[in-house]
Amino acid sequence: MVATEPSTGAPLHAVGDARGVRVHVEHLRRVFAMGMPVIDGLDLDIAAGSFVALLGPSGCGKSTLLRLVAGLDRPDGGTVTLEGAPRHARVAFVFQDAHLLPWRNVLENAALPLELSGVDGAARRGEARRALADVGLAEAMGKLPHELSGGMRMRVSLARALVTRPDLLLLDEPFAALDEMTRQRLDDQLRALWVRLGLTVIFVTHSVDEAAYLAERAVVFSARPARVVGDLALDLPRERNAALRTDAAFAKEARALRDALERGGA
Amino acid sequence: MRVLRSLMPPVLALVVIVAVWEALVRVLDVPLYLLPPPSAIARAAATGLGDLALAASVTARAALYGFLLSAVIGTLSAIVLSASRVLERALYPYTVFLQTVPIVAIAPLLVLWFGAGMRAVTVSAFIVSVFPVIANALAGIRSVEPALRDLFRLYGASRFATLTKLEMPSALPSLVTGLRVAAGLAVIGAIVGEFVAGFSDSGGGLGILILSSYRQLRTDLLFAAVFFASMLGLLLFGLVNLTGYFLLSRWHPSARETRAAH
Repeated sequence: MVATEPSTGAPLHAVGDARGVRVHVEHLRRVFAMGMPVIDGLDLDIAAGSFVALLGPSGCGKSTLLRLVAGLDRPDGGTVTLEGAPRHARVAFVFQDAHLLPWRNVLENAALPLELSGVDGAARRGEARRALADVGLAEAMGKLPHELSGGMRMRVSLARALVTRPDLLLLDEPFAALDEMTRQRLDDQLRALWVRLGLTVIFVTHSVDEAAYLAERAVVFSARPARVVGDLALDLPRERNAALRTDAAFAKEARALRDALERGGA
Repeated sequence: MRVLRSLMPPVLALVVIVAVWEALVRVLDVPLYLLPPPSAIARAAATGLGDLALAASVTARAALYGFLLSAVIGTLSAIVLSASRVLERALYPYTVFLQTVPIVAIAPLLVLWFGAGMRAVTVSAFIVSVFPVIANALAGIRSVEPALRDLFRLYGASRFATLTKLEMPSALPSLVTGLRVAAGLAVIGAIVGEFVAGFSDSGGGLGILILSSYRQLRTDLLFAAVFFASMLGLLLFGLVNLTGYFLLSRWHPSARETRAAH
C-alpha cells in the first residue's frame, strides 16, 4: 500500500519510504537468572506491513518477546531477523506508560529520537510537528507533560515513536492504563495510522477485544514459557469503527480468541 | 496575606523566646559572661558590626568556595561512580568515610598540607559538605526510569547524550536536595576549619572571632558571631533553594507543590 505524505514539515525520506519489515523469529529462547525459561524455542513469522496482536495471560513472556524483537534484550538462543528494509531497519517502541521527559515540552519530546540520531534542529522539529499532527496534537506542542491528560501523554508517546518513520512499530500494552473511551479513540487512531503509513505493527495486549478490533492477525500465547496456542487471521473489514465492536463477525472472532486463550491455560 | 499568615507563628515564637530570655536573665541576675541577655548581644553586634561583617565575609568566602568545590567534585564523582556497578561497589564505601571523618581531628593535617589560612579552611568546608552531594546525585542518576534508558538505547544515544539529556536532568531534583544539605554543612566546615587553621591576626573569620571572644569572656560578642554564622548558613541555603526552584519549578512536582502551598 502507498503511504500518503502529510503536507506539513520537511520530509526526511522519500514518500512511502516506511514500508514495513518482515519479522522472522526462529527457535527463540530466553531464560532469566534463577528460573524457568520465559520463551523456549519459539518460531514466529510476521509479514511485512501487517498488524499483528500478541495476546496472552500476564507474565507469559509476550513483553519479553517484544523486547527481544526490538533488540533491547539478548536471546539465550535462536534468532530475530528483520528483513526487507532498504537500509538498517528503524524500530520504534511504545511502552505501557507514556514515559515522556517531564522537563521537555511536547514538541521537544516528540523530536527526541531524531535529536539522538543527530538530525539538526529545524528538520527534527518539522518532523515532530508532522508526527504530532498525525496523532491530533498539533495544538499542544508547547505544553509540558504534566499539563496533559493521560490520553494526550500517550499520543505524544505515539508521535515520538512515529517521528523516525519506523519500519516496525512495537507496542507493549500501550493503552492499558487509560479509561475505556480514551482507549477506544486511541485504538482508532492507531489503526488509521497503520492503514495510512503501511508499517509493520506488533501490538502486545491482554485484552481480547482490543486484539480483535485492531489486528489483522492475532497470535495467542500460553502461560510461561510462551508457546503459540492459536494463530488466527481475523476476518474483519479493513475500515473499522465503533460499530464493529457490536457486530456479529467481531463477536465471533473475539470468541475464537477467547477459546484459544483458555486452551493455553489462562 | 497568606505569606504573612505563614510567617506569623515563627515570628511570634521568636518574640516570646527573646522576651522570656531577657526577663529570666535580668530577674535571676545571671552574670554577663555566662549568658548575656538579648539586649546585650544586640549592643555587642551593633558596636562590633565592622569586625563581625569582615569576619563573616572571610568565612563566607571559604564556605562558598568549599561549597562550590563540593558541588562540582561531588557531581563529577557521582557521574564516575554511576558509570559502573563495580566502580560504585569498590569506591562508594570510601566516600562514606568523608562523612564520618572527624574534621576537627584532621584539621591539623590540612594545615600541614595547605598551610594555615584560606586554603585549609576551604578544604575543610569541602570535606564536610561533599558527601551529601555525591550520595544524592548518585541516587538521582540511579533512579532514572528503566524504560527511558531503553528508549535512549533504542535510538542509539551516545553515553554523553544519555548523561546530559537523561541522567543529569532526572537527577537534578535529588542533586538540589544534596546541595541544600551541603550549603549548611559548608559553613559549619569553614568555622570548624578556622578554629584550627584560620589566621588569628587581622582578617580572621567568624571561627577566629568566636575563639577570641571566648578567651576574653566576651560572651555577648560570641553570641553575636554565632548569630552571624547561622545567618550565613541560612543565606547559602536560601541561595541554593532559589536556584533549585528556578531550575525545577517549570516541571518538577516538588517545586510546583511549594508554589501551590504559598
